[in-house]
Amino acid sequence: MKAHLSRRYLFSASHRLHSEAMSEEENQSIYGKCNNPYGHGHNYTVEVTVSGPVDEATGIVCNLTDLDGFIEREVLARYGHENLNTLKEFNKEVPTTENLCIQIYEIVQRGFHQAHLERVRLEETMMNSFEYSGNSEPLR
Amino acid sequence: MVYLTRKAEFSASHYYHNPAFSPEENLRIFGKCNNPNGHGHNYTLEVTVKGEVDPRSGFVVDLKQLKEVMHREVLDAMDHRFLNKEVPEFAHQIPTTENIAIAIWQRLSQKLERARLHRVRVYETPDLFVDFYGEA
Repeated sequence: MKAHLSRRYLFSASHRLHSEAMSEEENQSIYGKCNNPYGHGHNYTVEVTVSGPVDEATGIVCNLTDLDGFIEREVLARYGHENLNTLKEFNKEVPTTENLCIQIYEIVQRGFHQAHLERVRLEETMMNSFEYSGNSEPLR
Repeated sequence: MVYLTRKAEFSASHYYHNPAFSPEENLRIFGKCNNPNGHGHNYTLEVTVKGEVDPRSGFVVDLKQLKEVMHREVLDAMDHRFLNKEVPEFAHQIPTTENIAIAIWQRLSQKLERARLHRVRVYETPDLFVDFYGEA
């Protein structure tokens, strides 16, 4: 039996949305308040969904301790209480929540192999969230 | 196709233990959840059904019937129960959130009349949930 398991994690970080490829006026008109040169912060919630057969002996899809440990080490320690614009992956790319969501998906996809990664969903605020499922069809 | 979701809550206790494993293995794999006296959660259940909108009633499903089936098949059996000891599916199966979602799917899918079951989602806590789509 195949089941999907989702786990939510919190981290706080700051960013500024600004593209070198655009003029000051364009940046201001596209990113609005998010273009403030001093940056601003969010409490992000990242929701990681993995899937796989439910192991008959343990009743679980994947060991939560392993998933928690991986996310804490590779995602929360990397992004928690950081200014995203100072990180190398956002050297050239604008740290929008879309791009951050893709980065987190790639980290989990590359490094976590105990279950199949279905989706990463990233909430920037209670009102905004973004999802990335790789290049495959999105999860229902 | 329209999807309709109904939520319900239930509270229950459980513990994780496989008699085929040694006590050390049980503790290593299941950690705090291995405490044989059990521990509890407030579970949130979301049942999603799908179907075409009936042109006469405007409904995908008779919500009253869905609510009754959820109450009879799930809440009456699991709410305020010790899952390992009081729910037959968990006499020989560990009541993980994964297995609870599968058991609920199996209980509901036989009883729903018009609507087809699409997804069973069980939240163990607001930060941990399982989706089951009836996939083998």
